[in-house]
Amino acid sequence: MLAVEDLKNEVLRLLGTSVVQALIVSDELVVSIPRSRVAEVLEKLRDDSSLVMSQLMDICGADYPERPERFEVVYELLSLIRNARLRVKVRAGEGDCVPSVTGVFPSAGWFEREVWDMYGIPFSGHPDLRRILSDYEFEGHPLRKDFPLTGFVEVRYDPDQKRVVYEPVKLQQDYRNFDCLSPWKGMTDVQKRPKDDPSREEDAPC
Amino acid sequence: MGMIDPAKFARANHVAAQMGQEVQDKGYMLAKLDDLLTWARTGSMWPMTFGLACCGIEMIQAFMSRYDLDRYGMMPRSSPRQADVMIVAGTLTNKMAPALRRLYDQMPEPRWVISMGSCANGGGYYHYSYSVVRGCDRIVPVDVYIPGCPPSAEALVYGLMQLQRKVRRNNRVISRV
Repeated sequence: MLAVEDLKNEVLRLLGTSVVQALIVSDELVVSIPRSRVAEVLEKLRDDSSLVMSQLMDICGADYPERPERFEVVYELLSLIRNARLRVKVRAGEGDCVPSVTGVFPSAGWFEREVWDMYGIPFSGHPDLRRILSDYEFEGHPLRKDFPLTGFVEVRYDPDQKRVVYEPVKLQQDYRNFDCLSPWKGMTDVQKRPKDDPSREEDAPC
Repeated sequence: MGMIDPAKFARANHVAAQMGQEVQDKGYMLAKLDDLLTWARTGSMWPMTFGLACCGIEMIQAFMSRYDLDRYGMMPRSSPRQADVMIVAGTLTNKMAPALRRLYDQMPEPRWVISMGSCANGGGYYHYSYSVVRGCDRIVPVDVYIPGCPPSAEALVYGLMQLQRKVRRNNRVISRV
């Protein structure tokens, strides 16, 4: 039996009914849980004497606009003594709060600020939920799928006011999305050639 | 560029020997003030290093032993108040833009700006991004643009030499009004 399947059985035994779904994708274990139990589940995984998921490597967000609960928050855990990684996922709709895990892993503080900044997912119980990366007084959450690539404002130095001013975006040339084949060889499994793909009629001009 | 022209080298040596002779004979030397100032300015261009991204690494290379900008009298300064030229090396973001302008405003005149790399020249790879300034010339006036992503250390050295040429060409006591 593979090590990852051992891990899956152990995690299922430990978490029991908290697990909504447990999948092995590319030899990596992905566990979905309800968002109300996230702090409790992460604490259990951290304190279990055989798993010892002692490190929280990252917290990411993901946006799937077609789903009823569009956001996903992903917790990446690492067990040093097991040399194993575990991915815990919770789902959240727009405006839903996810409980903060800063009480379990102090490092979650900045990760959750980043998820809040990029996706606008609020974390309840976070001690200092501010933006972390984007500009001061930035509006919107840039990694949401409905956020336009070029945003809404751009900056320029105004010699009259003697300061940098914000103005609505005015592009000299619109963004062009070339429908080309990948120039990289060996990526045919990532990007299908048009003639191999029956759903596409005409060849893309390059 | 990069090669020593023997004829030029001999000529420079000859001029230096003549100057030495003149000082030894008379105890003083006559020169035009603007020439003297230009000589001093081009011989000690202290850059304010503004390493923002990978271009900054290439800029560090230019200061290290292989290309060694110190031999041109270019000492990297971390304070804008001691600097003559600002090298904007890397992606300038909206959040950084007011800080860049403030540091430029703190530099004493005469001052020059070198825009290094595609991102600083016109946004480059991030031209359509929501958070990147589409060229640092939207924030500060630029004297020399160095293309490349990132430009090699040699390209930066060449750009600095072009700036020296520009300073020599605008040979005036007050360089910019």
